[in-house]
Amino acid sequence: MADAAEKSSGDAASRSALRQWLLTDTPTSRRHARAAALYQGWLKFRSNTLAMIGLGIMIALVLIAAFAPLLAPYDPFAQDLSNRLLPPGTTGHILGTDSLGRDILSRLIYGSRITLYIVALVALIAPVAGLMIGTIAGFAGGFIDAALMRITDIFLAFPRLVLALAFVAALGAGIENAIIAISLTAWPPYARIARAETLTIRNSDYIAAVRLQGAGPIRIITGHIWPLCISSLIVRVTLDMAGIILAAAGLGFLGLGAQPPSPEWGAMISEGRRFILDHWWVATMPGLAIFTVSLAFNLLGDGLRDVLDPKDAQE
Amino acid sequence: MSLLEVENLEVTFPTRDGGLFHAVRGVSFTLGDERLGIVGESGSGKSMTGRAILRLIRPPGRLTATRIALAGEDLLKKSEIEMRAIRGRRISMVMQDPKFSLNPVMTVGEQIMEAYQLHARASSREARRRALEMLNAVQIRDPERVFRAYPHEVSGGMGQRVMIAMMLIPDPDILIADEPTSALDVSVQTEVLRIMDRLVKERGMGLIFISHDLNLVASFCDRVLIMYAGRVVETLPAARLHDAKHPYTKGLLNSLPRLDAPKDKLEVLSRDPAWAHPPPSSAP
Repeated sequence: MADAAEKSSGDAASRSALRQWLLTDTPTSRRHARAAALYQGWLKFRSNTLAMIGLGIMIALVLIAAFAPLLAPYDPFAQDLSNRLLPPGTTGHILGTDSLGRDILSRLIYGSRITLYIVALVALIAPVAGLMIGTIAGFAGGFIDAALMRITDIFLAFPRLVLALAFVAALGAGIENAIIAISLTAWPPYARIARAETLTIRNSDYIAAVRLQGAGPIRIITGHIWPLCISSLIVRVTLDMAGIILAAAGLGFLGLGAQPPSPEWGAMISEGRRFILDHWWVATMPGLAIFTVSLAFNLLGDGLRDVLDPKDAQE
Repeated sequence: MSLLEVENLEVTFPTRDGGLFHAVRGVSFTLGDERLGIVGESGSGKSMTGRAILRLIRPPGRLTATRIALAGEDLLKKSEIEMRAIRGRRISMVMQDPKFSLNPVMTVGEQIMEAYQLHARASSREARRRALEMLNAVQIRDPERVFRAYPHEVSGGMGQRVMIAMMLIPDPDILIADEPTSALDVSVQTEVLRIMDRLVKERGMGLIFISHDLNLVASFCDRVLIMYAGRVVETLPAARLHDAKHPYTKGLLNSLPRLDAPKDKLEVLSRDPAWAHPPPSSAP
């Protein structure tokens, strides 16, 4: 007993020593300073309760997706027609079953993988495409700028989901095509941001300095302009994730994203739509999942912006 | 043959009412293995002259000249890609303020290595070794540490020495220094100048030193061009600066306090618009 108390007090002491080390005003090494800066960012983030809730949900989502086979009580594809449309709370099926007797909880758990897959890929493709187009337009100027920005304007002139629908219809239904379609509709805002950043960066002295060393346009864009645009793009990405989830779910609901046996949340809602008056849970449960996750992404994005945005005034 | 010949250089900018503003008008000079100072007040076209040699005038500015030749090669006839091989490799330029002329998101070492690798096909290990050597040459005490530092982590004087290292690492024939010390403290100015002077001498380069500080230029350069309103009004050997004939140069000299000839009241520089036009007597 005394032993345990001693041990825990020792733990507390070492923890406060670590805290002291992290909060020092006079870092002793480069790594120390970097760790301290990170810790201070984390403290700032932690003081934002809503963002912490968002982070909690996100971590839970990632863990659920990673350990889906261990967590799911049933196979998401296993049908059991004798137990169809069981209400939530039935023993063995906490969230009930759908029209083919598949366990809704298991399907939601497996569906989180698809959601994360779509979000991750779109969040990789769209900003990169936008970054390339925006920086080239901003750096080249003149005719190239006008041409690329008018193309961007054309993309921005369509409602996002309608344009994505048109692309999926042209490419054929399926998750991969849905990802391509969502990326194709998501890049224009990134291109706009990257171009605006490029316009301010390209006239700065250090760009003039590399130019008078004899650097060509490709090296200037990739080596000197991209790294400076990335911080504002990351902030934008975190705020965009919820929109990506909704677009993916919307395509699934319209039958153009993931195809029926797959437990994609949007597709699950569309299956449940037929029974929505008598068996509300079939459509509601995936709807709640979409709501929770996009809310989490929004809260997290907001908190991250407060910490990451370089243009935010430091107090 | 001289290293650089510039003949009848003109830089013009269109003005809003459709006219033309002449930033540099008819500047001609030659540069050998020497230190040439270009002095003038703000807006006299001295920086534009430096940039024009590298053909880096931003549009809508326009550059015309009868001849700009580097060791006999006409730079005006070169394509943009050929010019890139000349910038940095054969003519390079140190800019005014290291706070703005170093990329804030790249470490000092990466930037020096890049400057070297742009022109020499070298492995990154070789480039690293050369960069550290160069940092040593500009008298940075702990090159390993500065190599890994970001520009905001080094002081102004150090930043300018890094800039000099960056510009000298491809071993150019001509270095253009555009007010390299005006953003620095007086205490580090001389140090930076001494380092630059030593490196330029050791490597036998031509130096074009652009400044508004007449005394500094006089003590540091072999020959001085005095510019006013885009025109060279007088060329003098630095040692004979005080025998200047042109009223503008005299005015500049008289408006500076001198320890060896103290005055109660310094002269105020009076400018004559006629200086902006070529003197009639110079026509043969």
